[in-house]
Amino acid sequence: MTESVTVFIQYETAAVWLGANEIADRIAAAAEKNNVKVNIVRNGSWGMSWLEPLVEVAVGDDRIAYGPVDINDVDSLFATSFLQGGEHDLKLGPTADIAYLKNQDRWTFRRCGLIDPLSITEFQAHGGFAGLKKALESGTEHVLEQVKTSGLRGRGGAGFPTGIKWQTVASTDAGQKYITCNADEGDSGTFSDRILMESDPLTVIEGMIIAGFAVGASKGYVYLRSEYPLTQQIFGKALKVARESGWLGDNIQGSDFSFDIDLHIGAGSYVCGEETAMLESLEGKAGVIRFKPPLPAIEGLFGKPTVVNNVVTLGSVPDIVAFGGKAYDEYGVGRSKGTLAFQLAGNIKRGGLVEKAFGLTLRELIEDWGGGTASGRDVRAVQIGGPLGAYFSADQLDTPMDYEAFAAVGGMIGHGGIVVFDDTVDMAEQARFAMAFCAIESCGKCTPCRIGSVRGVEVIDRIVANDDREKNINLLNDLCDTMIDGSLCAMGGMTPFPVQSALKYFPEDFNK
Amino acid sequence: MTTKYTPTIATEIIQEYSAAPEMLVQILHAFVARFAYLSDEAIRQISLELNLSRADVHGVVSFYHDFRTEPPGEHIVKICVAESCQAMGSRELTAQVEEKLGIKIKETTDDGQVTLEPVYCLGNCACSPAIMIDEKVYGRVDASKLDGLIEKCGG
Repeated sequence: MTESVTVFIQYETAAVWLGANEIADRIAAAAEKNNVKVNIVRNGSWGMSWLEPLVEVAVGDDRIAYGPVDINDVDSLFATSFLQGGEHDLKLGPTADIAYLKNQDRWTFRRCGLIDPLSITEFQAHGGFAGLKKALESGTEHVLEQVKTSGLRGRGGAGFPTGIKWQTVASTDAGQKYITCNADEGDSGTFSDRILMESDPLTVIEGMIIAGFAVGASKGYVYLRSEYPLTQQIFGKALKVARESGWLGDNIQGSDFSFDIDLHIGAGSYVCGEETAMLESLEGKAGVIRFKPPLPAIEGLFGKPTVVNNVVTLGSVPDIVAFGGKAYDEYGVGRSKGTLAFQLAGNIKRGGLVEKAFGLTLRELIEDWGGGTASGRDVRAVQIGGPLGAYFSADQLDTPMDYEAFAAVGGMIGHGGIVVFDDTVDMAEQARFAMAFCAIESCGKCTPCRIGSVRGVEVIDRIVANDDREKNINLLNDLCDTMIDGSLCAMGGMTPFPVQSALKYFPEDFNK
Repeated sequence: MTTKYTPTIATEIIQEYSAAPEMLVQILHAFVARFAYLSDEAIRQISLELNLSRADVHGVVSFYHDFRTEPPGEHIVKICVAESCQAMGSRELTAQVEEKLGIKIKETTDDGQVTLEPVYCLGNCACSPAIMIDEKVYGRVDASKLDGLIEKCGG
């Protein structure tokens, strides 16, 4: 027997059910048959979803990638000596040199794919817990200052400055405060929270501990959606690993700071991604949104001051503290600082996660990274920011990815999900779906959202059926205005955005 | 595997969560995982042991899609009907699976094998269209892959 060869096979939702587990078993069996020793590591995802299942082999200092691998390719991989980096139709070369990955600005996701997500040793070998150590040494003021300096804004969609939110909680007097991590990633076209929690869960845990330290909270909750069973399994194990190694619980690493995290599972409600509905759900109730004010930072979970941050926001914090807020602020443009994990989805040739500094254009993402549509047809519409985000037409692709530039054209970057549609899409149908989805998912608290969405579906049906079309288009616009101005939260307040943009840029689809 | 409802097991589950009302959503999940659905009896027992009204518990149960009150089929097939999957033909896939199973979405086959449900995003959008069968999330589903997966469910 020769020396053992390390083979990396990703353990992540997309890869696992495209056959990664079976491929791992087949490689182990084939290695045994060929009398070679392999050490199979189940790493996280690099975010290059179109190449899943990806198999990497450690050769010298490189990791040579092969993908997308089918279980039936395993024999031919062995036949061409892939364990020595041999040539094969599926060979992609060193993972680090794949342009899709190489041209990114990996900050928050820099360990994703690289390490075994549940290994504290590997996590620390690649800079994990450096931010937390620095925080514990330098004190709460320093942490708050760095987060403010970084310009980090909420990555869940609203883009609120994180440092200001933390400062508010820190400055509010209370015996008990909470950190809540919003992992209710319900927007279609988004999966960055999932990839981070599956591929580098310890970084999210580290970010939550730092947040707790900065604002004076000893308890954290993660609210994870139930549609992510594998994430639940991996993240649950990560909490255990962190606890067992003294990074979570009482007196973290011998300091006088104690912090623990509970994992709660959502129950299939989209509106629970809205921060106050999430808090209600964490309290065991129906996810009906709350009036604001009071802000959750003042009166949040169980009436106590609460930080509500998205997974990616929290995951960005450790390196901001480790390297200083200035280092993060150097990425990005205008008031959109740092990086965002864009997610290429829908009808796209090379779907996946692209972490990049703000400022590049939608076209660069869709064409350079995404390679255009999967169907090979023309791009006709792109929805950005989830089901509440506006549809863009093909001639708006040069819009720079920046919160303010998007707002200026009536769009929103949101959580960074980009869903591409080709020229077979019926935009009247998409507009109708936006209203129908709101009708299903509305929490029911306010009338514009609860009733407006139902009426919206009916009015769109009449427009499409050419039933008094002009009058009904006016009515739809009025209804949209009422929902925007009168709804209590983004659910009813933003559902009109996809509807109005479809009507504005694709009027012909309502006029058949 | 799910088991038949008994008040003793139900109490054990509730006690695992210290019978805390703020754990209601998590308790309901544990009930569905164990008993497949929430019967009237279960709701009555939860409300009693958590010291909540039955209306309170019903309000939470009926709010969330996950908390079913009818016994589901042997397998639960959730088909993603959100935008990313729509862009990759989920409407056609939905029609295909409905025809193959002879049921509409939100229905269960007569032989009790398959319950078909819609889901709004499985977070597998770079590999759209996606479906979930029991706890498995399949990406890049096309007509023949879908047929194969459904047949494995006995559909």
